[in-house]
Amino acid sequence: MTLEIRDISKRVGADVHVHETSLTLLPGHFNVLLGATNAGKTTLMKLMAGLDRPTSGQVLIDTVDVTQQSTQERQISFVHQFFVNYPHLSVYDNIASPLRIAKMSSSEIDRRVREAAELMKLTPMLTRRPQELSGGQQQRTALARAIVKESKVVFLDEPLANLDYKLREELRAELPQLFADRGAVVVYATSEPAEALMLGGYTAALHEGRVAQFGDTSDVYRRPVNLTTAQVFSDPPLNTAAITKKGTQCQLNAEVSWEMTGPQAALDDGDYTLAIRPHHVSAMPVAGAVAISGKIQVTELSGSESVAHFTVGQGSWVSQSDGIHPYQVDESHTFYMDVSKCFFFAADGRLVA
Amino acid sequence: MARITLNHIRHSYFPNPQSDDDYALQRVHLAWDDGGAYALLGPSGCGKTTLLNIISGLLVPSEGQLLFDDEDVTALEPDARNIAQVFQFPVIYDTMTVRDNLSFPLRNRGVDEQVIAQRVAEIAAMLELEPMLDQKAAGLTADNKQKISLGRGLVRDDVNVIMFDEPLTVIDPHLKWKLRSKLKELHQKVKRTMIYVTHDQTEALTFADQVVVMNFGQVLQVGTPVELFERPTHTFVGHFIGSPGMNVLPVTVEGSDVQIAGVSIRTASDLNQLGQGTLEIGVRPEFVSFGAEGIPGTVETVMDVGRHRVVKVKLDGLEQTVNAIVEEGDAVPAGQVQLQFEPSQTRLYEDGWVVAETQG
Repeated sequence: MTLEIRDISKRVGADVHVHETSLTLLPGHFNVLLGATNAGKTTLMKLMAGLDRPTSGQVLIDTVDVTQQSTQERQISFVHQFFVNYPHLSVYDNIASPLRIAKMSSSEIDRRVREAAELMKLTPMLTRRPQELSGGQQQRTALARAIVKESKVVFLDEPLANLDYKLREELRAELPQLFADRGAVVVYATSEPAEALMLGGYTAALHEGRVAQFGDTSDVYRRPVNLTTAQVFSDPPLNTAAITKKGTQCQLNAEVSWEMTGPQAALDDGDYTLAIRPHHVSAMPVAGAVAISGKIQVTELSGSESVAHFTVGQGSWVSQSDGIHPYQVDESHTFYMDVSKCFFFAADGRLVA
Repeated sequence: MARITLNHIRHSYFPNPQSDDDYALQRVHLAWDDGGAYALLGPSGCGKTTLLNIISGLLVPSEGQLLFDDEDVTALEPDARNIAQVFQFPVIYDTMTVRDNLSFPLRNRGVDEQVIAQRVAEIAAMLELEPMLDQKAAGLTADNKQKISLGRGLVRDDVNVIMFDEPLTVIDPHLKWKLRSKLKELHQKVKRTMIYVTHDQTEALTFADQVVVMNFGQVLQVGTPVELFERPTHTFVGHFIGSPGMNVLPVTVEGSDVQIAGVSIRTASDLNQLGQGTLEIGVRPEFVSFGAEGIPGTVETVMDVGRHRVVKVKLDGLEQTVNAIVEEGDAVPAGQVQLQFEPSQTRLYEDGWVVAETQG
């Protein structure tokens, strides 16, 4: 099973919702579309699913051009952020509905419904109606319905966004396993970087209707090829600063400069954008780290870690450290950035070191 | 502003409650200091919304009193309580400008226009809404709309408490950070009593000085974020706080010997304090490590969460799995492993509640 889009674009009037995009998505792992609201995740999914028509380009399922096919003909499942269930049907009948439409034998329907219900921990609720269920159970009913029918492609559009935090955590860990052996291409949209990381598989970082990078999730996170990807794939937000490289000296501002080593030192002299994730800017000195001081703006302690927002020049940086550190708002504090974890981007946003 | 006292409050939605199970809220007895930042944290159905509604006056509790300073407000109408609320979805007038939205609560109370202008300017500066003061609210982004909701609460200086009910649910993660920081910063500046209701531990822990963890209609623990992380008094608190939560495992205890699947372990708990209840141990993934000896198991999955990896280990001969955290850059074991629990961070729980620690 493969899902391919070739030079797909979507314009509405003068607005471009999706710029020309090509992607090939494979089964066996999740394909995550990661981006903020309005990055084009849902539009792209709808184009793939046939819920919307592209302005240009083609959609291919198993190398067959399905661009002109209806959603039904494409044999897909779609789970939305807001739980969509039949209110008048029991959980059992909700899950069974796509199989009944496919005119499957009732013994086969029963087997599959019970299997899906078991996976989704819905077995005790099979006779209930959706409105008698919690939000999490309603969404799991919708997910079970997407699982029972053997779809070629399963689209999950922020399916956990409306669920309780802890339930989200559980389902995130379970979902990839639930779909692992199904042979379907799974496309998953989320606005949360942490969710993309936990789901693993492949990730497309989306920004303003363009795919900034597509690849193995861990690679996209650890080696973003451009600044946009690094920003999309960072929560808390990425710290950035303009730097000037001269010889092996890297100068961030009047107070902060350091000797560059390794591949970073091989860069041509000039101006770059430096980027570093908050957990590489620590409250504690690390070997080889460079000190950077700023005025503390806000502090957040979360039990096991301390987060501080502090000023760097005209901008603001975030430090995320394990343990509890006493920060005083409005006072200056020194942090340590692990410069080996810095990214350097050229003026056009390309990663150069 | 006021100190808020919840004096032995209970609430049932049934007319004649018979047993504890009939109570959505069981015996809540708390006092919140004037100017503090508090969070009510728990899953859906834990009773936090019932408690919120009692404070705001939408519900009169079956038993107990609610006091603002020394005044009993238990039966007072919501509008007489001087409470500001910020909900999940921004409540603002779309057709009004941002300025008029912010001025509205004061105009409503007949405040002098000059005072209004001054207050609105102050609040707009604090919330960084100045550039859009004369725009209609309709065209603004979700986070700016939510800031207006908040501003409408802050603009009044006679408010007893500002309550937030899941205020960041509809906000994108990268904006959540900003708004959460903003809230925290505002609290540090204005020092008003704020109560933040959420199911999201990150929001609760980062916002509040004191977090009230609720489940089953009860308050399970009240503590600072550090206390909740380091010393959960109930297994549910251990599970609910932390990502992933605390590992909870069944144990057998004979004399001074605590065993998991036949392997003896050391804990911080005082074994002389045990009763007859069901015993478990709790240890956070942060305090689980791999060694040459220990509790045997097999690595099931490794989840990369960026800063670190979460390694899930299935214990030999047990149904349970244990999560261990391995820092970014450290080696991740595979196959057969032996787990070790940091004794000072491993505690016994009896029927869900923590057993007292050994002194000294």
